[in-house]
Amino acid sequence: MHSEAAIREPLILGHKTYADITNDIVGPIENKAPRGWYVLMTLASLVAAYGTGCILYLISKGIGVWGLNKTVDWAWDITNFVWWVGIGHAGTLISAVLLLFRQKWRMAINRSAEAMTIFAVIMAATFPGIHMGRIWMSYWVLPLPNQFGSLWVNFNSPLLWDVFAISTYFSVSLVFWYIGLIPDFATIRDKVSKPMMKKVYGILSFGWTGNAKAWTRFEEVSLVLAGIATPLVFSVHSVVSFDFATSVIPGWHTTIFPPYFVSGAVFSGFAMVQTLLLIMRKVMHLEAYITKKHIEYMNIVIIVTGSIVGVAYITELFISWYSGVEYESYAFINRATGPYWWSYWAMMSCNVISPQLFWFKKLRTNLAFTFFMSIIVNIGMWFERFVIIVTSLHRDYMPSAWTMFHPTWVDVGVFLGTIGIFSTLYLLFARYFPVLALNEVKSILKVSGESYKQQAAQHHHH
Amino acid sequence: MANKVIYAVYEDPEQLKDGARKLVSSGVRVKDVFSPFPVHGLDPIIGVKRTRLGIVSFMFGITGTCLALLGIWYFNIFDWPMNIGGKPSQALYKNLPAFIPVTFEFTVLCAAHGMAITYLIRNKTLPGMPARNPDPRTTDDKFIMEVRTADNHGHSAEAIVGMLCETHVFEINERQC
Repeated sequence: MHSEAAIREPLILGHKTYADITNDIVGPIENKAPRGWYVLMTLASLVAAYGTGCILYLISKGIGVWGLNKTVDWAWDITNFVWWVGIGHAGTLISAVLLLFRQKWRMAINRSAEAMTIFAVIMAATFPGIHMGRIWMSYWVLPLPNQFGSLWVNFNSPLLWDVFAISTYFSVSLVFWYIGLIPDFATIRDKVSKPMMKKVYGILSFGWTGNAKAWTRFEEVSLVLAGIATPLVFSVHSVVSFDFATSVIPGWHTTIFPPYFVSGAVFSGFAMVQTLLLIMRKVMHLEAYITKKHIEYMNIVIIVTGSIVGVAYITELFISWYSGVEYESYAFINRATGPYWWSYWAMMSCNVISPQLFWFKKLRTNLAFTFFMSIIVNIGMWFERFVIIVTSLHRDYMPSAWTMFHPTWVDVGVFLGTIGIFSTLYLLFARYFPVLALNEVKSILKVSGESYKQQAAQHHHH
Repeated sequence: MANKVIYAVYEDPEQLKDGARKLVSSGVRVKDVFSPFPVHGLDPIIGVKRTRLGIVSFMFGITGTCLALLGIWYFNIFDWPMNIGGKPSQALYKNLPAFIPVTFEFTVLCAAHGMAITYLIRNKTLPGMPARNPDPRTTDDKFIMEVRTADNHGHSAEAIVGMLCETHVFEINERQC
């Protein structure tokens, strides 16, 4: 076994054994849920039910019940879509990119981050679906033989690229997540005593044996999936940005969009991971596994990606002036000083200015401050998409068509509803699934565990 | 003489590896090892070959690339070429840049799912399969080495157990088979 430098902070605090790790994670699944879980679950499912009602109302009436109009034809629906897809970038980034870089701190957070990714992508996919208006015809996005002559989908269109990108990303993330879950489901299967639970986790664990060859294959599959999921993560938000960048709308038609969108996605994804993990580590007593160091590492990612986003905003602004294109520069002047100035400055202060506070070690290791900041970043990133979409569209080339966008109660209900559905799914995950990648955390215990590191240090002294 | 299976239970992966090394150097064949997480460096000791799943993934990926290009060529070039703003649509290679995103996504789709399905089948891990680990503790905190007398005609069960006792073994179980 290789040993780790003493200067590296331990990733598992206190003295834990392999069995302790199993008990810490399987215990809450086997025992009764705490009262807080029921309270949160009731709240989340009420919001989810209201949102589902709004979606059904929308489908039965048509998208006229939304506040969008002929000029602002994309509004909250696409804002929410891009926001959720962005959030859905952290999970695969953590589990794939950090796996390739051999970052051990990913092991405590990848399972829940991936769960969050999957639920966020489901929420994202809802919006283009319901924005179609006639959702029962959504299969028209697939290249299927049909009765309209030789009419096929257009492979030149970024909207179709999006269909392929999102569905590939969703299914590959799901498989990556489930393959990692199988050995941990087997742990639960072998640990629990209630016959019903044994049976259910037995089915979920697919008869996992954990023999030498199975683990060799497991590691190969994880590595190869990480290798192909890495370019996939970057491609997904690049393709989302192509939806805008390949158009001729001022403010959208820029080549900087793919890297700018990808870093924004990572930025918001990590913020959402912080929001969820800070609650989860407290409620489920995971302080020994999700340590301050983990939170700090994530805050460092937030400040790096937040700064990239800031540079992108300023570059955009500069180029709109430098290009000498009137329409382009008007789009940006209108963003900052027009009727939607408040959304632009909300975006700027939440995304560019406030994350800079994380340069102070005191602040980036402060849990309450981190939680507050994670909410701020999520709000800021929502406004970013709102600014890009609504302010670019509401004043187009023809001043007679200029208008404002006002959301209706259905817009608000559907958006809140997706947060409710997302929270419901996440709470179910936290209750019934192994929230830590047991097999991965155990594999670093004797290298990065606090008491083992101390033992090794003492051993070196003598 | 009835064949026996010997299960040597260890508490630490390093101790198990030392034990396996000792047995293998005395000419004993270790049938398998069951562990709660991958034990790095174990495979060469007990003679587990490298998996070829990476190659499988590559093959599926290449198949995906070809299928995507063939499909796009048929849909948008051969069967129903569209003239959008006078952009070329008469040959696949002229229009290729616009077709790269979908080709890439479909390559990843096929490579990932093809490999995942192969992995599940080869491991015999499929929905409804019964658990086949010899001891429920192997998914928790114990590392178990399986040695069969049927594989080791040169050694008696007693001799193997004797060798195991010299390692840092936690517990030894024997079963008839």
